[in-house]
Parts: sequence; structure tokens; C-alpha cells
Amino acid sequence: MLVVGERINSSRKGIEPAVRGRNAELITKEAKDQVDAGAHVIDVNTATLMDEEVESLKWAVQIIQDSVAVPICIDSPNTVAVAEVLPLCKGKAMINSITAEKERYAKLIPLIQEHKPNVVGLCMDDRGMPDSAEDRIRIASGLIRRLTSDGVPIGDIYIDPVVTPVSTDTRYGMAVLEAIEAIMEGFPGVHTICGLSNVSYGLPKRKQVNQMFLVMAMTKGLDAAILDPCDRRIMANLITTIILLGRDKFCMNYLAAFRQGKFD
Amino acid sequence: MAGLEEISLMVQEGNFKEVERLTQEALDKGRLAQDILNGGLIAGMSVIGERFKRNECFVPAVLLAARAMKAGMALLRPILTDTGIEFIGKVVLGTVKGDQHDIGKNLVGMMLEGAGFEVIDLGTDTPSEKFVETVREKKADIVGISALLTTTMPQMKTTIEALKSAELTVKTMIGGALVTQRFADEINADGFGKDAAVAVEKAKELIGKG
Repeated sequence: MLVVGERINSSRKGIEPAVRGRNAELITKEAKDQVDAGAHVIDVNTATLMDEEVESLKWAVQIIQDSVAVPICIDSPNTVAVAEVLPLCKGKAMINSITAEKERYAKLIPLIQEHKPNVVGLCMDDRGMPDSAEDRIRIASGLIRRLTSDGVPIGDIYIDPVVTPVSTDTRYGMAVLEAIEAIMEGFPGVHTICGLSNVSYGLPKRKQVNQMFLVMAMTKGLDAAILDPCDRRIMANLITTIILLGRDKFCMNYLAAFRQGKFD
Repeated sequence: MAGLEEISLMVQEGNFKEVERLTQEALDKGRLAQDILNGGLIAGMSVIGERFKRNECFVPAVLLAARAMKAGMALLRPILTDTGIEFIGKVVLGTVKGDQHDIGKNLVGMMLEGAGFEVIDLGTDTPSEKFVETVREKKADIVGISALLTTTMPQMKTTIEALKSAELTVKTMIGGALVTQRFADEINADGFGKDAAVAVEKAKELIGKG
């Protein structure tokens, strides 16, 4: 289960001023804390800085790479930011995200072919946001076929089915879960990833909903998640779910987590 | 105002069947459609709006109340269309070009209708020319512009500039998860709503009914 730590995002409280003020101490602490808590990749998003996004992202990526040894996930809707920052990344970076929207796809694919990062493929096309499981599966299938025929190894693709809030339509939970199952079964070797927290938009006690949704999505085959690894309960749920799914041989990870006090 | 209070309560509870029944009953008793609208449906939605703002109720309750209001409106609309509905203002709403997000915009639309505005929703991926054309044609008081991506937020500026250069006197409001008051000031928007409830307050303020 790949954990992408989401905390360094300029739309999160306190991060934008830290990035603007080039507060390296705060940003590297956020990165270290997430790695200590179990993140395998650090997501970096400075999009709210708008005109200063690219410069800020370059700065943040460099200081994070100097302090932790895990790959970066470049999280930006701006293809220029991806183009500028991808060459600076050490190891196998991740980009979040490509979509089936014609323009975005065309701009990103040459960069992906050159630098070979892992790629989050978001289930959106020029017709808009997906509604049903079928929409998600149709867009995902198209994206996977195009990416692989453009030379991207299937194991580098992480499909994000687009989590939409159940508060606006209670069918959305199952739509995402069914899509994950169909994508994992239909395309062996591909990964699925979710930004979970959208699911609980508009509801009280959002963490409660996010935590359960992660577990349910994992049972459908979800093998990567963008989340806050410093949330101890969500990480404890994740570690526990992995044994119950038979993916933790001899319960080694679970027991190690227990000894490290992760369930206290 | 017996009867209207009950309609308002049923809107708040999201009981669309009762709202439908009570609205019909009130009409049969000779109540004016406009009074039922203001004193029953809009009154109920306003309570929901207030509670939503205070985190005492949540999105599903707003959707239920809006559905109940709609059930009542379906009965009132034919009558009101004949006599002419008195809306408190007219809003043109849309998500900017290149942006497909509509959940927040739809909530704002529902809450504005619930507050007595007429809402013309242009949907998503709306070019600035379409905003200009509709505002001119419908003589809107307010235009509400939504964008959820930092890459499409500059389209809000483009749209506001297009409205200004078309010399339309319409008030502009913006919203979206990443929009801030600072950004609204930068692009000269007249108002910014951090959520749907605040958007309604701002809209009322902008037309002098706050």
C-alpha cells in the first residue's frame, strides 16, 4: 500500500505563508514528520500561489529532497509547473495528475515519456466530472490504453477514480468502489489511488467517513492513497486492513507497528 | 399566517410531500401564491440557510429542503408566471471556461433560489462571452462566477474584465475552494462567498437587501 503524504499543500492552513516566507524549517519538518509516520512519497502542492507557484514549487521540492529520502509527488493542475519541476526530482517522482482532457494530456505526455515518473491518471475528460461507476471505468480504460500505447509501463499508472462527496449524492460511494474493483480486475498491473477526503465534504466528523472509506476502498483493491499519515487513526486502520486482506505475511508489518507504538 | 408557518416547517424538514399538499391546500383556501412563496417556502429555506451557516445542519439537509421547496414551487410557478413573480434579484451563475466542477456552484444556486433570487445557471465550462451575453439579455443584477482550479481562476478575472468592458453594471461575485478575499480584491470582484450561506448574504448585500 503506497502512502502519499498530503500535508504540504498551500491550500492547507499555515502552508501558504510558510512557502511565501521560504520557511524551510517548517516545510522540512512537515516532510520528515510524514516520512516518520509512514509516507512513501511526499506530495507537494503550491498551486494557490498562482503566479509564484512554479518558483515556490522548485524551492519546496529542493529543500524537501535535501531532508528526506523519499520521492516527490508534483501536485499541480499547471502543466508548466510539472515541466519545470520534474527535471529537478531525484529518484522516481510522481505527477498528480494527467487526465483524459485533450489539452492537458498532450502537454504532459512528452514530459512523462522523457522523465518516466509514476503518473496519477485522474478520471476526467472534456465532458467533465464522472458521475457513475461506468463513467469512471470508461475514462480510466481510455486513459490506460492511451498511456500504455504512448509507452508508459502499466505499473507506473495510478488511476484516481475521482472521489465525489456522498453528501450531495449517496450513490457516489459505491460508484467509486465499483470503479476501483473493475479497474483493478480489468487491467492487471495498474494501480488505483484516491484523494479520500472529498468523500466527506458537507458532512460533520469528516475523519470518521474518510477512515471507513479508505478501508472499504482497500477491500476493492485500492493500493495507494493520498492522505495525512500524521493522522494516527487512519494509519492504524490502514496497517490493520493490510493484514485482513492477506497482504501482510505473518502479520510482520502489523506487529512492527505495534512495537513502534503506532496503535497507542 | 396560519398554514404558511407549517409549510415553512415542512420545507425545513425536507418533507416534499407535505409541502406539496399544504401548498395546494393554501392555494385552495385562496392564499396568494406570492405570499405562500415568501411566507412558506422562502421562509423555510432561510432557516435552513442560517442553520447551515452555523454548522447546525449539513449539505444533505440543504438538498432535502431545496427539493421540498421545488415541490411547492412546481404548484406556484404556473400562477406566478401569469401574475409575474417578485424575485428579490436576478443572478447569472456559472463555472468558468476550462473548469468542470459544479458541486459548490449548484449548492450556491439552490441557496440563492431559496432566498428568493431568480437564478440562471449556465453550467460548467462557461466562456466569458457567454456570461456577458446572458447578463445583458436577462438584465441580471449579479453574476456569480465559480472556479475550483488555480489554472482556471484567472478566467474569473477575464470574465469580470469582459463584463466591465461591455459596460454592464452588474455586480460580480466569485467563489471556489481555493478562492480567497485577497484574490477577489485583486481581480476587482464585488463580492466573495467562502461558502454557500455566505454567498447568499453577500448577494443580498450587493443588491441592498442585506
